[in-house]
Amino acid sequence: MKLKAALTILGLFFLAALSGPLLGLDPGPIDVQHIFAAPSAQNWLGSDDAGRDVLIQLVIGALPSLVVGLSAAAVAILIGGTVGILAGYSRGWLDLVLLRIMDYFIVVPALPFAMVITAIWGPGLGHMIVVIGILLWSTTARVVRAQVKSGRERLYVQRARALGASHFHILTRHILPQVLPLIGTTGSLAVALAILTQAALEFFGLAGTGVLSWGTMIRFAFQRDAMLNDAWWVVIPPGLCICLVITACYWLAQSLEQKLNPRLHTTDLRIRSFALRASAEKP
Amino acid sequence: MTSRSRYLLGKIGIAVFGIFATLTLNFFLFRVLPGDAISSMARVPGGSVELKEALMRQFGLDKPLWGQYLDYLVQLAQGNLGVSYSSLRPVTDEVLRALGNTVPMTLLGILIAILVGVTSGIIAAWKHDTAIDNVISNIATVIYSAPTQWIAIMLVLAFASYLPVSGASDPFAFANDIWSILADRVKHMILPSLTLALATFGQYTLVTRSAVLATLGEDYVSAAKAQGYPVSRVLAYQALPNALVPIVTLIALSAGTVIGGSVVVETAFSWPGIGRAMYDAIVQRDYPMLQGALLVVTIVVILVNLLADLVNMKLDPRIVE
Repeated sequence: MKLKAALTILGLFFLAALSGPLLGLDPGPIDVQHIFAAPSAQNWLGSDDAGRDVLIQLVIGALPSLVVGLSAAAVAILIGGTVGILAGYSRGWLDLVLLRIMDYFIVVPALPFAMVITAIWGPGLGHMIVVIGILLWSTTARVVRAQVKSGRERLYVQRARALGASHFHILTRHILPQVLPLIGTTGSLAVALAILTQAALEFFGLAGTGVLSWGTMIRFAFQRDAMLNDAWWVVIPPGLCICLVITACYWLAQSLEQKLNPRLHTTDLRIRSFALRASAEKP
Repeated sequence: MTSRSRYLLGKIGIAVFGIFATLTLNFFLFRVLPGDAISSMARVPGGSVELKEALMRQFGLDKPLWGQYLDYLVQLAQGNLGVSYSSLRPVTDEVLRALGNTVPMTLLGILIAILVGVTSGIIAAWKHDTAIDNVISNIATVIYSAPTQWIAIMLVLAFASYLPVSGASDPFAFANDIWSILADRVKHMILPSLTLALATFGQYTLVTRSAVLATLGEDYVSAAKAQGYPVSRVLAYQALPNALVPIVTLIALSAGTVIGGSVVVETAFSWPGIGRAMYDAIVQRDYPMLQGALLVVTIVVILVNLLADLVNMKLDPRIVE
């Protein structure tokens, strides 16, 4: 149920994101007649401070938001996966050092760091992807490390090692298949976090010039006093879109985890099995 | 050495390592990344070579990197974070004053978030797999998914006619007795704190729910239920205390997100705290200020996590094994 809802929402938003450039949508030139015009039959979501259609901007804005979210998550997973496998497989001092670095990055406040790095490095979508990626990898690394650590002690892996399998063979044939399903869960969480961080950075004006995304739409609505003009149609839609995409990501992660890690259920199953047993004994 | 003091020393060691890593990272971040402070200082766009050199000398930027690093550590040990490029006042003073504004607002917000999150999480766990649980979990997830700045704007749209939406106090207030000043401050604090609470409570709900759910399956809970104790007592004395360790850990781990949230909240509500100071420093390219604020924020987060480790040791002494 949740899985279907999540996939539907994400699918629709991807279609919308692609339709922006495919249909050549354009919010039109500045139109002083329609500054903060209310929603109407012509402009379903009204117009913004420059009299341009909000709905079209919303569709165009989907692409940068999703692209940055996905790419930053990909960077995070790539770093996190590599570090996690390296730490979990190597054990010993390398594991310890990497673990400390992971813990550090888990604790460190990501958004202030991202603000500062993007501000010094210079705003821009490309920079944002890298910065968000290098700040969000640690959770993935932790999860992967734990899985690899337990995975390399499994009997069939030890057997492969005893038979003289190389590290490369063990990693690619035995460890990686154990790790990949986890990437689905932590990956969708990373996408959610990346989109939120991106929107916050854009709120601080760190998107660079000429970027039209959901985050910059919120920034402009805030900066150009949409609230004073009671122009709720400028600010509600982009926030709602972000909210929906991220909820979908969380639901995706939750349902994947339930499918992949049924042990999460064991604890409440105990109550239920106990209740079942009790009711079965009654008649 | 007992396992207890070994645990303590280990945790303190990790915190010290974290703080040192932050100092170092904070220093090199501002030196290694491209774009030098002088040429991007808004005050001197295309300033003459002489002016640039004078400024470089004034701020000690003409020394080699290691010399600067050593200077930085020595000055830091004396509590000196440098001089703000924009206000030309000591960064330490500015940061501490801003922190004084951030702490009450953030604490109020986080308190509301913990109260709402933990309560709703317990209810969701107790009523697990019912409609109530579904409603609570889904509402928590959806609100947690909303961008903080957007929640702020929504609250402004809804409450702008009833509550102040900008600043920490009314600059035109006449009354100067302590109670009206306090009332004014609290009034200004409501919307920022509420935004922060809304933006963060969802994770507490979900974690409390799963932590309590895990203890509900334990034998001692079944035993208490079998003895006929009321639900509230089983939850308060059996389920919740045993679920506290993961909850406290999460609350501490969320300190980073909370600080990030308050940076956004302070920018949205012009709250004169450390987040607002960071935003202003970015806009004005005031690097010492930015550096000092980031340093203080990170150290606070590391210390909060150390505190959580100590609290957890009290809650569950077995943790030291």
